[in-house]
Amino acid sequence: MNRKFNYVLLFISFIVLSGLQLGALTAFAQGPGQRLPLPPIPLKGDTTHTLSKHFTTGSTTKKAPDANGFIQRWLVLEPVKKDIARNNIFTDNYLKTTFSADNFSSDYTVVPRNGSTVNVGNQELKWYALDSKTFNFNLYHFTYAINKPKYGILVWLVTVIDCPEEINDVRMAAGCNSGSMWWLNGQEAMMLSGDRDMIADNVTSTRLRLKKGKNIIRGAVINGPGMANFCVRFLDEKGVPIKNISLSYE
Amino acid sequence: MKRMNVSCLIILFALLISQTLLAQVGRPFIHDPSTVAECDGKYYTFGTGGGGLISDDGWTWYGGGVRPGGGAAPDVIKIGDRYLVIYGATGGSPNHKGAILTMWNKTLDPKSPDFKYSEPVVVATSDGYEENDAIDPGVMLDPTTGRLWLTYGTYFGFTRLIELDPKTGGLKAGNKPVDVAIVCEASTLVYRDGWYYLLATHGSCCDGANSTYNVVVGRSKKITGPYLDNVGRSMLEGGGKMVVATRGELIGPGHFGHIVLEKGVEKMSIHYEADLAQGGRSVLGILPVVWKDGWPVAGETFKEGTYEIESVRRGYGLELAVDFTRMAVGPRGFGQPNNDPIKPVAAQQLADVIKNWPTGTIGLRIGDYMSRPHQKWTITDAPDTTGYLGGPYYKIVLAGTDRALAATADAEVITVPAFTGTPEQLWRIDQLTDGTYRIMPKVVPNSGKKLALVSSGDSTPTLAEFDFNSDNSKWNFRVP
Repeated sequence: MNRKFNYVLLFISFIVLSGLQLGALTAFAQGPGQRLPLPPIPLKGDTTHTLSKHFTTGSTTKKAPDANGFIQRWLVLEPVKKDIARNNIFTDNYLKTTFSADNFSSDYTVVPRNGSTVNVGNQELKWYALDSKTFNFNLYHFTYAINKPKYGILVWLVTVIDCPEEINDVRMAAGCNSGSMWWLNGQEAMMLSGDRDMIADNVTSTRLRLKKGKNIIRGAVINGPGMANFCVRFLDEKGVPIKNISLSYE
Repeated sequence: MKRMNVSCLIILFALLISQTLLAQVGRPFIHDPSTVAECDGKYYTFGTGGGGLISDDGWTWYGGGVRPGGGAAPDVIKIGDRYLVIYGATGGSPNHKGAILTMWNKTLDPKSPDFKYSEPVVVATSDGYEENDAIDPGVMLDPTTGRLWLTYGTYFGFTRLIELDPKTGGLKAGNKPVDVAIVCEASTLVYRDGWYYLLATHGSCCDGANSTYNVVVGRSKKITGPYLDNVGRSMLEGGGKMVVATRGELIGPGHFGHIVLEKGVEKMSIHYEADLAQGGRSVLGILPVVWKDGWPVAGETFKEGTYEIESVRRGYGLELAVDFTRMAVGPRGFGQPNNDPIKPVAAQQLADVIKNWPTGTIGLRIGDYMSRPHQKWTITDAPDTTGYLGGPYYKIVLAGTDRALAATADAEVITVPAFTGTPEQLWRIDQLTDGTYRIMPKVVPNSGKKLALVSSGDSTPTLAEFDFNSDNSKWNFRVP
């Protein structure tokens, strides 16, 4: 309702301003100025909605992080649709409130099953087990592939890290477009608030402990306009990526 | 431009119309400016939506630039005796379908009979599905090879590199785009000392004082990358070292353009998303480029104030050639027991010494800086409407007086009893690429020569041709 009102108001403003100033524009010798039609632009690749272009689906074998320690394996929930005009609304309070309200489970150690569904609000959403083919996990590609909204989305994420031994004083490191929160074994690890770009190691957690065996990471990424995207890895106390771990969906 | 849904695009377009209107009344209002280019003694920059700004001196800008094609975020480079103008056909369309076009003109002056754009040619496209949006071009002519490179793209995926034919401005035959960065926009390349630098804008635009735009840089030995930042992070992973961010009331700098005026004197053209002092409008900005440890960083726009003017040659300070007046010497007696209370000693004041100075013209020296009244200079924006690329002319007076620094017809420098505003009393101050400063009179009387304040020997200030390789030509401003 509000959104509709805003659009109407904006269009009215636009028309009024355009009308008032069209003559001025012409008079100020801006040159031809008019936008030329785009030339024919042939498609350069496969545009079908398929996950396999950017992801490997449902692999059952354990996987190591990539050569730089980035975690490419995630259980990804279909996007929760959000009405977001600008990403700079992602304050700390906004993220905490939104992730609490639009949550599929308050148990942050739960590991969903690939293909299962959960309800968030009145939306029934499905989990996908995916390995990204790049160091980052591009949620725009994900939502395009499953033919869901690409902008104005909240996406929940889960992955399981298996550590051969306990590792102390590690830091979770992430970058995302645009806001996100991350939990390790049920505890909040870090928050990326504000209008951020997907920058490797943009934010790191305080020192954490990866226990021997399974560790569960939960994430939530939210984005309005632009390409929702994130990358996560763990760094040791010297800032070196941790790679002697394996990733699974369960 | 980035991160706008339909509503934001409408707001932006409405604002752009308003800003374009204001730009025609003599203010530097622009968004996504092309690298400032000089043509026949005037400066030009073009922006999003068509049109552009012109300046007679590089300081005062007004509308009147003409760039057809609409679209967004152009760039300009002079190649031979022609100007290649490059622009994106869209302003970052919601479907990310776009094209980069190039066109030539013999002049940027729309009043010139030679002013005529060639038919634009397409050099890059994005099909709306690929991980790139073909807008925001930036162009560089490689000084080592003569090859012409163009980067383009926005926050939507990758920034890409292509090679153009410098003779035609078209895409070099067989060239394929190379990804060089991610989540950047408004990129451009700079070559220096064996390194290629990729400068690009991060953050978000088009939200006035809430815009988070900032310019970052990575570098590579190869034009095709990888471009790494100061901590070894690739720009394909979002890396980048800060070049310029918000400063004071100037919010959200973006769209870096590199301007080399001469050896040691480099500037960047940018826009600020909002200048709070100018109604929060998007304005053109010009800052010095300083190279520090092999990285470019924005220098400082000179700030008015009272300074020691220190010669880099030896570290002496510029001073009035008057008698040195001793201060009282405090108690000494090292090693002797003394329980007298410690009292501060008053610094020497202007009133203590000025009565002993001549009242007419007084010469200058460069001497040991002792924080004395004859060594402190107050530098303020001169009451003069002219300037140079990136700054106004300044008046330099001895602190607490109206006694002004002035150039003479015989290429020397003196002080006159009172500032009168004549051109030889106006001074240009440029921060150099090593962070020091060049000081130049606006004119040397009866001379067409462009001279700078230099140190002859350690102690004699004079005017001579500027030589960036010599510390004689360089100065620092220190708070006394």
